[in-house]
Amino acid sequence: MADNSTKPSSKLGEWVFHNVTRLFALLTLLILVGILVSLVHGAMPSIEKFGLAFLWSSGWNPPMDEFGGLVHIYGTLVTSLIALAIAVPVSFGIALFLTELSPAWLRRPLGVAIELLAGIPSIVYGMWGLLVFAPLFGQYIQPFLGATLGHIPFLGRLFQGAPMGIGLLSAGVILSIMIIPFIASVMRDVFEVTPGILKESAYAVGATTWEVVWNVVLPYTRVGVIGGIMLGLGRALGETMAVTFVIGNSDQLDTSSLYAAGNSIASALANEFTEAVSPIHTAALIELGLILFLITFTVLVFSKLLLMRLAKQQGQRT
Amino acid sequence: MTETKTSDDPAAALTTQITFRGFNFYYGKYHALKNINLDIYRTQVTAFIGPSGCGKSTLLRTMNRMYDLYPDQRAEGELRLDGMDILDKSVDINHLRARVGMVFQKPTPFPMSIHDNIAFGVNLQERLSRSDMDDRVEWALKKAALWDEVKGILNQSGMSLSGGQQQRLCIARGIAVKPEVLLLDEPTSALDPISTMRIEELIAELKEEFTIVIVTHNMQQAARISDYTAYMYLGELVEFGVTDQIFIKPQKKQTEDYITGRFG
Repeated sequence: MADNSTKPSSKLGEWVFHNVTRLFALLTLLILVGILVSLVHGAMPSIEKFGLAFLWSSGWNPPMDEFGGLVHIYGTLVTSLIALAIAVPVSFGIALFLTELSPAWLRRPLGVAIELLAGIPSIVYGMWGLLVFAPLFGQYIQPFLGATLGHIPFLGRLFQGAPMGIGLLSAGVILSIMIIPFIASVMRDVFEVTPGILKESAYAVGATTWEVVWNVVLPYTRVGVIGGIMLGLGRALGETMAVTFVIGNSDQLDTSSLYAAGNSIASALANEFTEAVSPIHTAALIELGLILFLITFTVLVFSKLLLMRLAKQQGQRT
Repeated sequence: MTETKTSDDPAAALTTQITFRGFNFYYGKYHALKNINLDIYRTQVTAFIGPSGCGKSTLLRTMNRMYDLYPDQRAEGELRLDGMDILDKSVDINHLRARVGMVFQKPTPFPMSIHDNIAFGVNLQERLSRSDMDDRVEWALKKAALWDEVKGILNQSGMSLSGGQQQRLCIARGIAVKPEVLLLDEPTSALDPISTMRIEELIAELKEEFTIVIVTHNMQQAARISDYTAYMYLGELVEFGVTDQIFIKPQKKQTEDYITGRFG
C-alpha cells in the first residue's frame, strides 16, 4: 500500500535521471560533431586551394601564401614514435620492478614519484628541455649516438648531422619522459590486478620472474597495457608546449636525420596562429588541426580494432 | 599404531620421499607451523585435513618453496626431498619446482592455447623438438583424462574450457614436466560434484607414478582418495597415519572430534 504512493514519484525520478544522463551523453557526441564541422568549415579555403596535395607537400611559406603540411605531419608522427619507442620498454621495466621485484618499502615512494612526474606542467618540461637537457644532449649524447648508431646502414642516416641539441630526436626524448608516467602507472595498475594465484601457478612450473611476467602477466593484461600505450601516444601526438621549445620550429624537410630541427602540428599552431594574417594561412593552420584530430582518431580506431582482434584470439585461438 | 585392520599396511615396503623434522614456519612474527615431524611416502596419496587456518595449505606450500615469493615468510628446521635439503638457499628453486608440481584451489589456465599451456612448463626445463613436444602434450593430456575432450581444439585458448576441464588442464600442465611429487591445494573446491569426481578418479590413477599430497577441507574426499592422512590443528600436526585408521579409529580425541563433526 505504502509502495503505491511512492511509486509515481520514483518513476518520475527515474525518467528525469534517465533523460538527464542521456542528454549528457548526447551532448558529448554533439560537441564532437560540432568541433569536426567547424574545423572542416574553417579549413575549407585551404582544402579547396591545395587539395589532397596538402598532405604530401612540404612547402610552408606564409609570405607567398603557399602551404603544405608534410613537415608538421612528419614531425608529429616521428616525435611520437620516438617517444613510444623509448617510453614503452622503460615503462614496462618500471611496472615490472614495482610489482614484482621492488622491496615493499620502496614500492610506494617510487610509485608516487612516477605519478608526480605526470603532474609537472608541460611548459616546465619545455624550459628544462631547452635550457638543461638540449645542451647536454647535443654535447654528449648526440655525438655518441652518431659515432655508434650512425654507422649502421640505412638506420645510421637518422643519427647524422650537426649535434645542435634541439630537433626531432630531442623532442621525442622529452615526450617520452612526459608519457612514461602515464604508461608506467597504467601498466603497474593492470599488473597488480593479475591474480596472485595465476602468477604462483607459473612460478610453480619452474618459471623465473621474467618468464612469469613476459609469458603470463603481459598476455593476461594486454588489453590494459595497450590502453596505457594508446593513452601515452594520444598525449604525445597532441603535446604542444614542451615540443615547441625543443623541436626547433623549422619548416624545412631536407634531411632524414633526426638531429634536424623540425616542427609538429601542435607546435606550429601555437606559434603561428596569432601571426597568421592572410585568411589562407589561418585556414591552412585549421586544416593542420583537422589532420591532427584525424590522426588521433585513427590511432584510437586502430587500437580498438587491435583489442577486438586480441579478444577474438583469446576466445578462439592464440 | 600398526595393528588391527592395517595388517596389510604396505608402509613397510614404502620409501619416504619427503621428510619434515622439527619444522617451523613463520608469517612475519606469527608462528604458523609448530615443530612438524612428518614423512610423505613415495607414490602414495597423503591428505592434509583440519579446520581453516590450521596451516595445512602453509605446510603444502613449503614443499615447493612457494613461500619464497613473499619476503616476510620463512621456514626453519629440516625439510628434505630424497635427502636434498629443500630449505638450503643454494637449491635451484626452478628445478625444485619442476620436481614438485602444484595445482591450486581455482583453475589457473595461462592466457595461451591449450597446447601452449602445457608446453610452457616443459619449455622451461628441456628443449624438445616440435614432434616430441606434441607427444609430451598428448601424454600429459591423456594422463589428466582430458585428451579426448580437447584433441581437436589444442589451438584454442585454455581459458575457453569449462572449470572442470581447466582444472584437469592445470593437472596436465603440472605433470607434463614429469615431477616426482604433485601438490594439490584444495583442487576441487571450485568445482561441481561431477568434475570433482573426475578429478578424484584421476588422482587414483596418478598415484601409480607420482607422490601426491592433497589439502582438502572435505573429509569425505580425504577418506575416499588418500592412503595417509595428517590432521592438523592450530599449526600443529595432531595425528598422522593410515587413512582408514585415522577415520575409523583415531588415536587422539581431538582428531575424533573433528572427523565426527563435533567440531570444525
